[in-house]
Amino acid sequence: MLWVAWKMLIGNRVKYLGIVFGVMFAALLIAQQASIFCGLMSLTVSQIRDVEGVDIWVMDRNVQFVDDVKPLSDTELFRVKGVPGVDWAVRFYKGIARARLQEGSYEQMILLGLDDATLVGAPDGVFMGSIAALRTPDAVIMDEAGYRRIWPGEPYRLGRVFEMNDRRAVVVGLTKASRTFQSFPIVYTRYSQAVLFAPPERKVLSFVLANAEPGVACEEVCRRITAQTGLQALTRQQFVWKTIRYYLAKTGIPVNFAITVLLGFIVGTAIAGQTFYLFTVENIRQFGALKAMGTGNGTILLMVLSQALQVGLVGYGVGVGLAALFGYAVARGQSRLSFFMPWQVLVIAAVAVFLIVLLASLLSIRKVLVVDPAIVFRG
Amino acid sequence: MADVPAPDGSDEQAPVGVAVRVRGVTKEFGSGGSLTKALRGVDLDVPYGELLILAGPSGCGKTTLVSIVAGTLEPTAGEVTVLGHDLVAMRRGRKVGFRRDNVGFVFQAYNLLPSLTAAENAAVPLLIAGWRRSLAVEAASAVLDELGLGDRLASLPSELSGGQQQRVAIARSLVHGPRLLVCDEPTSALDAENGRITMELIARIAVQPDRAVIVVTHDARVYSFADRIATMEDGRIDRVAAGPRGE
Repeated sequence: MLWVAWKMLIGNRVKYLGIVFGVMFAALLIAQQASIFCGLMSLTVSQIRDVEGVDIWVMDRNVQFVDDVKPLSDTELFRVKGVPGVDWAVRFYKGIARARLQEGSYEQMILLGLDDATLVGAPDGVFMGSIAALRTPDAVIMDEAGYRRIWPGEPYRLGRVFEMNDRRAVVVGLTKASRTFQSFPIVYTRYSQAVLFAPPERKVLSFVLANAEPGVACEEVCRRITAQTGLQALTRQQFVWKTIRYYLAKTGIPVNFAITVLLGFIVGTAIAGQTFYLFTVENIRQFGALKAMGTGNGTILLMVLSQALQVGLVGYGVGVGLAALFGYAVARGQSRLSFFMPWQVLVIAAVAVFLIVLLASLLSIRKVLVVDPAIVFRG
Repeated sequence: MADVPAPDGSDEQAPVGVAVRVRGVTKEFGSGGSLTKALRGVDLDVPYGELLILAGPSGCGKTTLVSIVAGTLEPTAGEVTVLGHDLVAMRRGRKVGFRRDNVGFVFQAYNLLPSLTAAENAAVPLLIAGWRRSLAVEAASAVLDELGLGDRLASLPSELSGGQQQRVAIARSLVHGPRLLVCDEPTSALDAENGRITMELIARIAVQPDRAVIVVTHDARVYSFADRIATMEDGRIDRVAAGPRGE
């Protein structure tokens, strides 16, 4: 009888497509908006993720997110190194610098200062030049966005000189780097060079990057660092989630996206529900005839649910597929829109679609369960 | 019940006696000021092998009575015994199975599923009973062939004439071998010629020694096919007379 239910459903093409459209619309909107939201959130932590090979970030205890830099004294590095379980620890500078553009205006850039000796935190997407070249005077490695901003339309070329915070900087390498939340270009240099570029301050150390000794859990080392130094020590993942939580709690971003997702859910439910109900009403005599001929309410219920499930699967597949296609187009194009579709978005969209088809079918289920088989005897 | 040989000559004995027994059945709808008495104490017997026409003007209670006999409606009072089963005492869930196994329906408006072919529509009772689709369609195709629709098995209802659709409905009503066939105004949507053909098919194929057939109609043209004609008036059986077939 499920086959009969399926044939009844697709027999009315217009209504079938209408129900699928409602579900597809909801799935598309939910998946797309959730993915854009995830993309935005991933931008907020891109600088943490781009620092490869570092398990522990040590910072001032009042730091709330990665861009909330509160300078440390240089001696903090040695205090962290002295904590049992710390394999190594290095300095890391993060700040904002102003680069002078060709036409005379200025562009803000994220300036990252890597430990002079180890260059820990160097980008792994260098496609022109080399990281080792950072050891030369005034050397910087710039990301593609920064290069295009300072020298728009010009081909990539190493050795170019520009002004940053009124000091000379020489481009010795170009790298691919993840976009940041502020969309500022990123410039890498040595720590000792970075403090020269940075405005003069008493304290300039932004973070201490560290790794745990083999066999010692990172969380345990973090706990020890905090206990011994009073500083805030977080694993890479902890720092990522702390930053994301900050943006979730302190900005209107989640609320805006949640409203859009909710609207998509409501509109999808309304369209799918109304069309599904109309479909059921149009077929009520057929359902009545089936009941008269000996189809039990349990089978009728299964028939309606299978119809709902079928449109749910098709609508979900098409909707999520279109959302993924959108993401692919964004990635390939020059759009500044961020898009990231983790498996959790697919699950959320699937749950939402399941709820939509369940709600959409409830009215119909009620209608067919209470239909009196005797109605088929009336003309 | 006395035994008679089955029409196919097998050893299985066809039942004899009363297929449907109704005693003192009343049916009321609504309550208080809006109370409507559709049946006011109906007594009726329908033996196996008979085609009974239930006639009368609109609103006399024919459809209500046949709905009760078919097990799709419950009486307010009275006794209803169909094929040896007490329908009044039967739980609703069991009635569903009873109808599935024992009752065939021919509706006034055909009630075919528009997206199923003729063979698939005729196979529905077997699908309800849990048959595999291929076997159900094969069995239904054989019945449709017997009814002269062997070349229209793959046609949708929209591609069939009214008379052909009703023949599909007749095939659907017989495919599972029911022992009670209930036809509600089977000719009212048809012209005279198709109505005659429909009744001929019902009388020739549906009426069997082990089956009772009840036809509800107010179309006098079909009276000639009846073994008996029970005329209803205002919720009661007014008179029962022998039909031309029964004489």
